[in-house]
Amino acid sequence: MSAPSAQFKADAERLTHDLRHRGLIQTALKKYEVARDGKKANYQDWQSARQTAAEIKWDAINHLDKYLVQFATKLEARGTKVHWASTAEQAREIIVGIVRAKKAHSIIKSKAMTAEEIHLNDALEHAGFEVVESDLGEYIVQLRHEAPYHIVFPAMHLTRGEISDLFERELGSAATDSPEELTMIARRALRQKYITADVGITGCNFAIAETGMISITENEGNARLTAALPKTMITLLGIEKVLPRLDDLALFLPMLATAGAGQAITCYNSLYGGPRQPGESDGPEEFHVVLLDNKRTHLLADAEQRDALHCIRCGACLNVCPIYKNVGGHTYGTTYQGPIGSVITPHLRNLQTWKHLSMASSLCGACTETCPVKINLHHHLLQNRRNAVAQKPVWWEKIAFKGFVFLMNRPRLFELSKPLARLGQIFHPLIKGTALDPARAWTKTRDLPDVAPETFKEFWRNRK
Amino acid sequence: MSEREKILGSIREALAVNAPLPGAHDHHAPAVLRHRDDDVSQWLPAVGQTFEQRVERFHANALDLRADFHLLNTVQEMGAKLLEIRDGENWQKIGTHRGELTDAVSAELGLPTIRTDDGYDVRELESCDAGISECDALVAQTGSVVVSNRSAGGRALSVLPPHHVVLARREQLVRDLPAAFILLKHRYAPVFPSFFSFITGPSRTGDIERILVLGAHGPKKLTILCV
Repeated sequence: MSAPSAQFKADAERLTHDLRHRGLIQTALKKYEVARDGKKANYQDWQSARQTAAEIKWDAINHLDKYLVQFATKLEARGTKVHWASTAEQAREIIVGIVRAKKAHSIIKSKAMTAEEIHLNDALEHAGFEVVESDLGEYIVQLRHEAPYHIVFPAMHLTRGEISDLFERELGSAATDSPEELTMIARRALRQKYITADVGITGCNFAIAETGMISITENEGNARLTAALPKTMITLLGIEKVLPRLDDLALFLPMLATAGAGQAITCYNSLYGGPRQPGESDGPEEFHVVLLDNKRTHLLADAEQRDALHCIRCGACLNVCPIYKNVGGHTYGTTYQGPIGSVITPHLRNLQTWKHLSMASSLCGACTETCPVKINLHHHLLQNRRNAVAQKPVWWEKIAFKGFVFLMNRPRLFELSKPLARLGQIFHPLIKGTALDPARAWTKTRDLPDVAPETFKEFWRNRK
Repeated sequence: MSEREKILGSIREALAVNAPLPGAHDHHAPAVLRHRDDDVSQWLPAVGQTFEQRVERFHANALDLRADFHLLNTVQEMGAKLLEIRDGENWQKIGTHRGELTDAVSAELGLPTIRTDDGYDVRELESCDAGISECDALVAQTGSVVVSNRSAGGRALSVLPPHHVVLARREQLVRDLPAAFILLKHRYAPVFPSFFSFITGPSRTGDIERILVLGAHGPKKLTILCV
């Protein structure tokens, strides 16, 4: 068993029994569900909107080379420096290099899952720079030295009491149980950081090929300040973020908000097409865009699962997933949690080490049904299972299935197995769930139904 | 070989094998890309055709988002409304930019004024009680205000002060998001401003127990005055 697999099992076991934790997550997600259903109902045709969105992303991903070149060329034409990074390490080096060249003292950062993926903050801090997360949820988890709990709601697992204690300890603020006051404490703490930061780092929700713009979706205004005040702006994004046309946003902006947070549209949807242009009154003097591969082309090469690159990181599949709701976000041990994380992490990291995530699914299909860009999520979990076994067969499973085939091909032997099963069931309770039980992992929390007193064939024979 | 060529090479190699069409797992999925060029207005939330219906929708959205929306008859009324807000909130200093509507009303306020047009001091702007700007469009469907650094005095004016006041004209109220993008292209292409934003309500967060709090990092208040 790989280390991440052992950690997943241990944490999942602990957290599924933690009723307080489960209550917290389920209350939060219930609120989301009610809001989302209300906003979805306003659409004239949500299902057609999904199909259209899926086709637009299909077009983008299946012509990715063309659109990326167009995106980069348009950006460069207006003075943006575009960098290409094959690996996480290269992306870190590029960004640390820019920050060094600017002789920056402090960096303000808005939410970017791609930055979590490449552990950017660690690299910057290691190089001696202060980085402050400005999204409230991200700021809270940064103060706790934790990874985000959810790709959209990073601090969903914390109560206001815990956050108040954290602020009291880290910022010296007075204790309060008002979410509003807590938000204002963070607002005051971060205001000066925007003004004094030399470099602003952002993520990106959509990269518009047609006009060479990055689109950032947020509610708080922190990304807008990050992109307005510091002299240097750096945007890090995965190569799959491309959308072909500017007006594709007319569909994607509302769908992202509805699927992701149960909003009609988020508070700020901003587009950035370059550094400050001649005649403009503010904005950064330098704008750097870092395009990250980090094995996305590996996923692209798997035509069967290519649609996983359609993902717009709305988090809707996490919110409906019965596994996520019970084991929580940190248990995954990945940058991207929930169904989409279970699908893509084996591609972005390593199949054998991360295949357990694809097993941790009831295959209920709620993720596939809710996905706004129609990623075939639960089938991809099955395909990961298949690929993992094809790549590295499990010896005892092979023997077990051979035995099963042997038995099923021999009716007389199969007849004999039934009275044996009935006999076995009498004695099984003696060892059920103990170390002696070969099926312990299954039977310690489950009961098998009794073997029927007679089979259908016996019933038919005896019926007269 | 540069990283750019390396990545583009891997992409081209990967795309040599075709992927199944989107929604292939769905029984209703078409066998070709049929909806790629659909007019998405027909899927999005419906908005009426008349001006009255658009105003009604914008108003309802503003209420829902906790933004203030006032439809006024004249620029004089707009000025009077601003004076009322100035006194109500005891403004001491404002930020604004040069524009037909902003020029018409900001002088009457009689307050120290930072104009962002030719550059400004960030700390000065940060200490303003309100940022007063114009916009490119209002979107009835979502209650959004579309701004760019050309129409609204730069990137920071509409987000840094605690109260953002938008001055708009009736003809700027468009029906839905697709119409807003058509308007932007029509107005600016091919040389777009370096910044646009669709502002929908005052800044907000739900990061603490999913409870809505206004004024996370941006303005705590958004007022839209339309003549």
